Amino acid sequence: MEELLFKPSYRGKRVRLSKPELLAPAGNLEKLKFAVHYGADAVYIGGQKYGLRSNADNFSFEEMREGVEFAAKYGAKVFVATNIYVHNEDIEGIEEYLRHLYDAGIAAIIAADPAIIEVAQRAVPGLEVHLSTQQSTLNWQAVKFWKEEGLPRVVLGREASLEEIAEIKNQVEIEIEAFIHGAMCSSISGRCVLSNHFTDRDSNRGGCCQSCRWKYDLFEDAGGQDSEPEESSTGNAMARFPLFEEEDPAFTMGSKDLCMLEHIPDLIEVGIDSFKIEGRMKSIHYVATVVNVYRQAIDAYFEDPEHYVLRPEWLEELNKAANRPLNTGFFYDIPDHEDHIYEPKDKEAPYDFAGLVLEYDETDQTAVIQQRNFFAKGQEIEFFGPNGTFFKQTVQEMWDEDGLPLEAARHPLQRIRMKVDFPVAYFDMMRRKH
Amino acid sequence: MTKQHELMVTAGSLQECSAYIDAGASELLIGDAIYGLRMPGALTEAEIREAVRMGQARHAKVIVSMTNVMTNDMLRLLTDYILFLKDAGVYAVEYSDPSVLAAVKTYAPSIRLHWNAEMMSTNYATANYWGRKGAVRVAAAKELNMDEILDLKRNLEIEAQIQVHGMTNIYHSKRKLVQSYMMHQGRPVLGGSLDKERGLFLVEADRAQEKFPIFEDTHGTHIMSSDDICILEDLHLLLQAGIDSLKIEGFMKPLGYNAAVVQAYRTAIDAYVMNPAGYQFREEWLDRIRELQDPQRELTFGFFYKEQVY
Repeated sequence: MEELLFKPSYRGKRVRLSKPELLAPAGNLEKLKFAVHYGADAVYIGGQKYGLRSNADNFSFEEMREGVEFAAKYGAKVFVATNIYVHNEDIEGIEEYLRHLYDAGIAAIIAADPAIIEVAQRAVPGLEVHLSTQQSTLNWQAVKFWKEEGLPRVVLGREASLEEIAEIKNQVEIEIEAFIHGAMCSSISGRCVLSNHFTDRDSNRGGCCQSCRWKYDLFEDAGGQDSEPEESSTGNAMARFPLFEEEDPAFTMGSKDLCMLEHIPDLIEVGIDSFKIEGRMKSIHYVATVVNVYRQAIDAYFEDPEHYVLRPEWLEELNKAANRPLNTGFFYDIPDHEDHIYEPKDKEAPYDFAGLVLEYDETDQTAVIQQRNFFAKGQEIEFFGPNGTFFKQTVQEMWDEDGLPLEAARHPLQRIRMKVDFPVAYFDMMRRKH
Repeated sequence: MTKQHELMVTAGSLQECSAYIDAGASELLIGDAIYGLRMPGALTEAEIREAVRMGQARHAKVIVSMTNVMTNDMLRLLTDYILFLKDAGVYAVEYSDPSVLAAVKTYAPSIRLHWNAEMMSTNYATANYWGRKGAVRVAAAKELNMDEILDLKRNLEIEAQIQVHGMTNIYHSKRKLVQSYMMHQGRPVLGGSLDKERGLFLVEADRAQEKFPIFEDTHGTHIMSSDDICILEDLHLLLQAGIDSLKIEGFMKPLGYNAAVVQAYRTAIDAYVMNPAGYQFREEWLDRIRELQDPQRELTFGFFYKEQVY
């Protein structure tokens, strides 16, 4: 539990003595290591069962153990998402699975279904249970219910406003976790079975095929004030009135991605205990960049809350990894027409992860880089690392493992020695604009 | 004695309540504008009282829908509403949020609690969990198949309610998706209604013949299924299994249609209860429904015989 001092001011604003947890997604072991190294206090991962990302590169128990061990060196924790809505056939095996998680050193599970919550509490009491956002908890009485059920933490629904969070924090003493960055279901979590209807894939067991981001045409049955009838080749049976014109974009439910970087003081002062970043399916580059930025912002705030200012380079950094436009979700207001995406499709993130720094030799200012994407001599690249380490340079001389000069790095995972303008360290990343 | 099977239908007005009781419904699901979710009509407190009186006089139980997604603001009137429902004498409340469960247990312990978490009521262990918290019935998710439903019933410590007919909700957002889309096109909806009476629907490119109704109300944007479930042909499987309540969703359907549907299911249930061993489905029961069925909405088995993957 965070230690809080209540100050009689607007909206339950409070002075915090301890930092909120920065909680990052880790789609696989490598991403876990980057998330932790770049500043996450905790990471959440998926195992082989009961998680909502059945397509992801999920963790084996062995990988979990290795991840927990790695995270422990940084004082970071590992949580496992067991956030499906269980069907009868899934019930057998829950207990065994949870025991394995506990044995692997997992600190907590994130669960939505009482079928999992109850088993965890009964059979594996050492394993913390956090209520998943899939329960769409938006009111303090429900939070109180879960607290009385013995849960130390509730992840709120993504529709909770700052005002609502303040009231929940004032009414119930419990850890509150909230999403602060990343992609969002546009539906109330769990209340969407578009995938089930369109593709027979169960969205609440990880089969979501993102039908909300497909394109739809909007019609009305009878002619209203806003529409003209559509010519129908099949006679009158399907007479319908389109609510769009030829050149208009299609209807879609897809939402912009959440980004609360510009509002860190509000999130801290309202008392959110854990800041959650979405994206178990995202790249290493994305996770490292986003974690790095929020780590710096949170640390800067606690360094000197009175004089905290948002640094423009943080936003620039975030945009290098973003593939969708960003907004503030439901924190300040119900999203409107500017908060949805009507463009044809997602763009690619503007930067590629080009190489990982493995070693640095200060005697000749060279680094050994593991190639992660094509780069060539003369191209502009950027190096970045935890705590805001950052510089740009041009790719100069480089050599392969046998010391032969290279014009370009073409082979995945190839070890390349290259000249660098400033010192770098293991785990620093090299990115290139494409 | 043969088991009692309730026949439930949703109703949006006193007129509908009356017509559906006449048609053979034994349970009426009604709701208000704040706590009720996707009800055919919002009943005022006076109408809810009248519905209960009507039900008591004519042997129908009145159940009140409170399955909306609850916010802090909605808690402020919650106690008053529960006390009102107690005073009105309603039989049961459907809830999905624990705040409603807690309030009913505290202020009106005599009202039965039915757990209905829509697409999230998917297994017996969770239903039994809510049973231990005070619920006496689960309204199962419409996305379960027949095998799952039968298995659910076998393992339940509380009653089971299964939707046998009508449309289902497939998406609910707190966002104003239609308003936002119109605004994005530069054609804002100026005071015009986007509610269910407007007849708005979505068409997806690969499913040109399927219409997915969409509407907005004060609770957000709702998208509904393009087909109507109809399990009348295999109703005996649910009756054999001892399903306690069979629900007809009357949402977005005219009174005459719903009354005919209630009548058809009533006929089938009575025939089964009279002689379970000799029961046989009769095509003519379904014909009447087919006559009234919207030709643009297919009658299907919903998820009853589907296998889903994930």
